[in-house]
Amino acid sequence: MTARIGVVTFPGSLDDRDAQRAVRLAGGEPVALWHRDADLQGVDAVILPGGFSYGDYLRAGAIARFAPAMTSVVEQAGRGLPVLGICNGFQVLCESGLLPGALTRNAHLHFVNRDQRLRIESADSAWTSGYTAGQEVVVPVKNGEGCYVAATAVLDELEGEGRVIARYLGSNPNGSARDIAGIRNAAGNVVGIMPHPEHAVENLIGTAGSDGLGFFTSVLRSLVTT
Amino acid sequence: MTASLPVMAVHQVVVDVMLKPEILDPAGQAVLNALPSLGLPAAQGLRIGKHVELALVAEDADTALEQATKMAEVLLVNPVIEDFTVRLLP
Repeated sequence: MTARIGVVTFPGSLDDRDAQRAVRLAGGEPVALWHRDADLQGVDAVILPGGFSYGDYLRAGAIARFAPAMTSVVEQAGRGLPVLGICNGFQVLCESGLLPGALTRNAHLHFVNRDQRLRIESADSAWTSGYTAGQEVVVPVKNGEGCYVAATAVLDELEGEGRVIARYLGSNPNGSARDIAGIRNAAGNVVGIMPHPEHAVENLIGTAGSDGLGFFTSVLRSLVTT
Repeated sequence: MTASLPVMAVHQVVVDVMLKPEILDPAGQAVLNALPSLGLPAAQGLRIGKHVELALVAEDADTALEQATKMAEVLLVNPVIEDFTVRLLP
């Protein structure tokens, strides 16, 4: 049976269709979820896509976090539901407390949009198990508020527990602390990543190839084997 | 004697939200750097925050301040990166 992966659409989401497409290309069945609906339709995993939910009003992700769908996501993530937050989705995960730290305005103020080299630092999560630690990939990055910040003690804890799952290589696109591009929760089912693996899932489009597909095949494999 | 009913009134409360001192404020930095280029006096420091004005219906000012503090803690402020103050407008 094919795993069903929900993609939550908030007002202002941009990359929900791309995330659905990535799920399909990885071999899963995408399920469109609506922010106002607390019913997650029994999906096996959830993706919070990129974009500008609620126009990034107040703070990026601050209002989306109170959506009925998010209440269900937070509750089920606590029971092990795999959740991937990409870009704005990462911001929502931090605002909702599923991941520590916060994402602030890029240190240089510019919106960055380019292919970005990353090193996958940990294959020990539901969404990166298909990579090997130390593997280099290229996926697009596009953000205005992607600068990851957290207290030094939190950063040390993330590093110490191997919870930094991806790091920027070459130039840091947004000033993120310790070049952090993505992190996971302690259990490994919740992952937030600022660059966009869903935009690098087929060789036909763009220059980044299909390096991002692994995030989606990883979760599908973990759902089949668990 | 009957107990007097609380009189509800509108209280104007301000919540000021600032990035914590250790959090980089690139927007503030850009504005700071723009001052001398406009022929204005250079400033030693410049940080940009958010000023939120609330009109709250409450029986007294303390209650209104309490409500505003709760709003700040739950939604208006991200305690990871921001500090806030709450005050009444005269």
